[in-house]
Amino acid sequence: MKTTPRTSGVQAGRLSAKALAENFQDLHAPFDDHEAMVAADRCYFCYDAPCIAACPTAIDIPLFIRQIQAGHPNGAAKTIFEQNILGGMCARVCPTETLCEEACVREAAEGKPVQIGRLQRFATDGLMSSGVHPFTRSEATGKRIAVVGAGPAGLACAHRLAMKGHEVVIFDGRSKPGGLNEFGIASYKSVDNFAQSEVEWLMKIGGISLRTGERLGGSLTLEALRAEYDAVFLAIGLAGVNALRAEGEDCENVLDAVDFIADLRQTGNLSSLPVGRNVVVIGGGMTAVDAAVQSKLLGADQVTIVYRRGQDGMSASRYEQDLATSKGVRLVFNAQPLAVHGNGTVREVEFEYTESAGGTLTGTGETFRLAADQVFKAIGQTLEGAPEGLALDGNKIAVTGPGRTSEAGVWAGGDCAAGGNDLTVTAVAEGRDAAMDIHAQLMG
Amino acid sequence: MADLSTNFVGIKSPNPFWLASAPPTDKEYNVRRAYEAGWGGVVWKTLGLDPHIVNVNGPRYGVVYGADRRVLGINNIELITDRPLDVNLREIKAVKRDYPDRAMVVSLMVPCEEWAWKEILPKVEETGADGIELNFGCPHGMSERGMGAAVGQVPEYIEMVTRWCKANTRMPVLVKLTPNITDVRYPARAAHAGGADAVSLINTISSITSVNLDTMSPEPSIDGKGSHGGYCGAAVKPIALNMVAEIARDRETAGLPISGIGGITTWRDAAEFLSLGAGSVQVCTAAMVYGFGIVKELKAGLSDWMDEKGYTSVDQVTGRAVPNVTDWQYLNLNYVTKARIDQDACIKCGRCYAACEDTSHQAISMSPDRVFEVIDEECVACNLCVDVCPVEDCITMEELQPGMTDLRTGKVVEAEYANWTTHPNNPSAKAAE
Repeated sequence: MKTTPRTSGVQAGRLSAKALAENFQDLHAPFDDHEAMVAADRCYFCYDAPCIAACPTAIDIPLFIRQIQAGHPNGAAKTIFEQNILGGMCARVCPTETLCEEACVREAAEGKPVQIGRLQRFATDGLMSSGVHPFTRSEATGKRIAVVGAGPAGLACAHRLAMKGHEVVIFDGRSKPGGLNEFGIASYKSVDNFAQSEVEWLMKIGGISLRTGERLGGSLTLEALRAEYDAVFLAIGLAGVNALRAEGEDCENVLDAVDFIADLRQTGNLSSLPVGRNVVVIGGGMTAVDAAVQSKLLGADQVTIVYRRGQDGMSASRYEQDLATSKGVRLVFNAQPLAVHGNGTVREVEFEYTESAGGTLTGTGETFRLAADQVFKAIGQTLEGAPEGLALDGNKIAVTGPGRTSEAGVWAGGDCAAGGNDLTVTAVAEGRDAAMDIHAQLMG
Repeated sequence: MADLSTNFVGIKSPNPFWLASAPPTDKEYNVRRAYEAGWGGVVWKTLGLDPHIVNVNGPRYGVVYGADRRVLGINNIELITDRPLDVNLREIKAVKRDYPDRAMVVSLMVPCEEWAWKEILPKVEETGADGIELNFGCPHGMSERGMGAAVGQVPEYIEMVTRWCKANTRMPVLVKLTPNITDVRYPARAAHAGGADAVSLINTISSITSVNLDTMSPEPSIDGKGSHGGYCGAAVKPIALNMVAEIARDRETAGLPISGIGGITTWRDAAEFLSLGAGSVQVCTAAMVYGFGIVKELKAGLSDWMDEKGYTSVDQVTGRAVPNVTDWQYLNLNYVTKARIDQDACIKCGRCYAACEDTSHQAISMSPDRVFEVIDEECVACNLCVDVCPVEDCITMEELQPGMTDLRTGKVVEAEYANWTTHPNNPSAKAAE
């Protein structure tokens, strides 16, 4: 019998290969030249523009848009890359609706901001696809720096250090570089193996070598790195996943959303990925949305995101929430998981409604159950494998200024460091700024 | 409902909208379709003597775009008709016979010798055309042969040829003026002196629209070379309006009928030409960009506006704004305004601030939370902030009433009109006696 969205259990191949290919194509088609010109023309070239202040990497947005409008998209790309070497990926994954485009004066005026993200993609795609790397290295300094983690923070730091003339070695525990760009982003936001192309393009600066399969706690120790290198930048991300702490959590098919998202990105055959008929995603962030939407796109019949607080508390933007509902995902707010039911394999999840008073969340006692063949946990990641001896701030590595840790010669940035907001673009900014600080200290 | 019909120097048409002498009016097929679409008249594309001229076989037009490829201006290197004279005359006659209520004016350009005009005028008259327009304006191709703008740039030639035409035809003579001169009043006066029934203006402006930076050829490029062409379209409207007004208010040509041309794209443009003295208007580029159908908007818009304002005929509009066109020295120096920013309408883009701070009078302040306010002590009322503000009516100019103090000058605003001619700083000011 043919497998369909309503076939029971967890099944691969619920949709035809053609339907899957369509579902996982680029979420937003790239602008063509004329669309970009029209979109660029809407920019007012604001004085001291609010969009720049809203960009964690402070890209000179009005300038790059004017460069597009003036028929100089490669100049626009260079303006972007000067501030954000991963501007290509950020153009795809930034929640622009809560950053630059939210600050755009045309959002205030008309509810229709300049499409900054898509314009950034237009510019950066153009230059990157030409294979040109727009930067060159300064004279060699003879300094060597270890960067641990080849995600956005590590790559941005390494690139800036290489530009400044330093030699950089990036270590990453996985088999491929990219970090969350490669393993943690919904497939329809980064098609055509973009994350790997971007790393290859970034590495054209020279002076950066990559060593995969090496991680702290494995083959690496901080002591050894500090001894061998002039400086160390830690960008190890958040490798741990929070537990539900609900009864029955160890049932079969109760999975970490981040693993599901990574599998989707790494597979060469979407038809081979199993997904439940009834999927329940627990959490309120981008990971929850990415897992839920992709479950639906893989062919799940019923997909529900359950979040313990109200809609306004969701860290996924309203835009992302709307994307989810437009794909047929149901959002349930103010409910927390009590128990996972099933005879070894999950069949239902039981939730209790919540209410919050004075910042504390309490159960109301009223419960309900959702049928579930598959449950994805997306309630946050935690720091794992941080080197002993580094001061922590909460559950992350404590940093001051541009990423200085409690240990001399050791910097940290990206999701593993305290103070950020777990966005790719923020990780890029932290990596870049730490690089500048490392450079200043080493050369000072 | 307003009566849009006009009688322009004896040429009657159901509305003031004529198609200017240009490709849209170069043959029977187009002109019939134009009349069917509702155009009040046409000026048939310029006829010359046989053998007819030839055009280039590459691109004839260059373009200047605004946003979204909106055409702001076009230039052309096309010449006068490239068809035999008798073909044109036969077609003119046939069309005029079938559309007797529409204006049919025939544009002419022949060598600057009387025999040539004597030869062509009777032939045109025989078609039943309502009038002729002397093409003294074309800036390219024909001017190098001693015709078009080459005549239009020499007032004596204009007067001479106009006089020949008046002597050799009963048809009304319109003289089409070139803007490629320093002061349009001189050619207008010459046409008037020669007996012209009217002037029409402007013809196209000598121009190069762009240069191809790969081939280093001006556009439109003919085998790697370009030539200056005639610029027209919305971009030239301000230049045309001024020239029309200059003629309308010149003592020597005041009252000389004017057919207004130059970038008319909407009914509002047309109404502006009428208000500055035009009795009919001619349209070309807008029709070339959007097709003949725009005449519906032109007619409806003009008619509704006239109804709203209580004008019942076009001649009530003609020249209505002319008395308000004056020389700078007569502007009221006691009229004082200040910019005012509507904080509710402001979207905080800061363009007013950048414009004023960088390029004007440092008269707008910006707070850390992006509130922009006018500093009356510095505001000279230049209006640039209004012009660059993307929100209509967000910044307006407020008139200071007599008795109020202008904080910039410290002077109390006076009710009396006072201009430069009597200003104490004017070395040639005459003291009031």
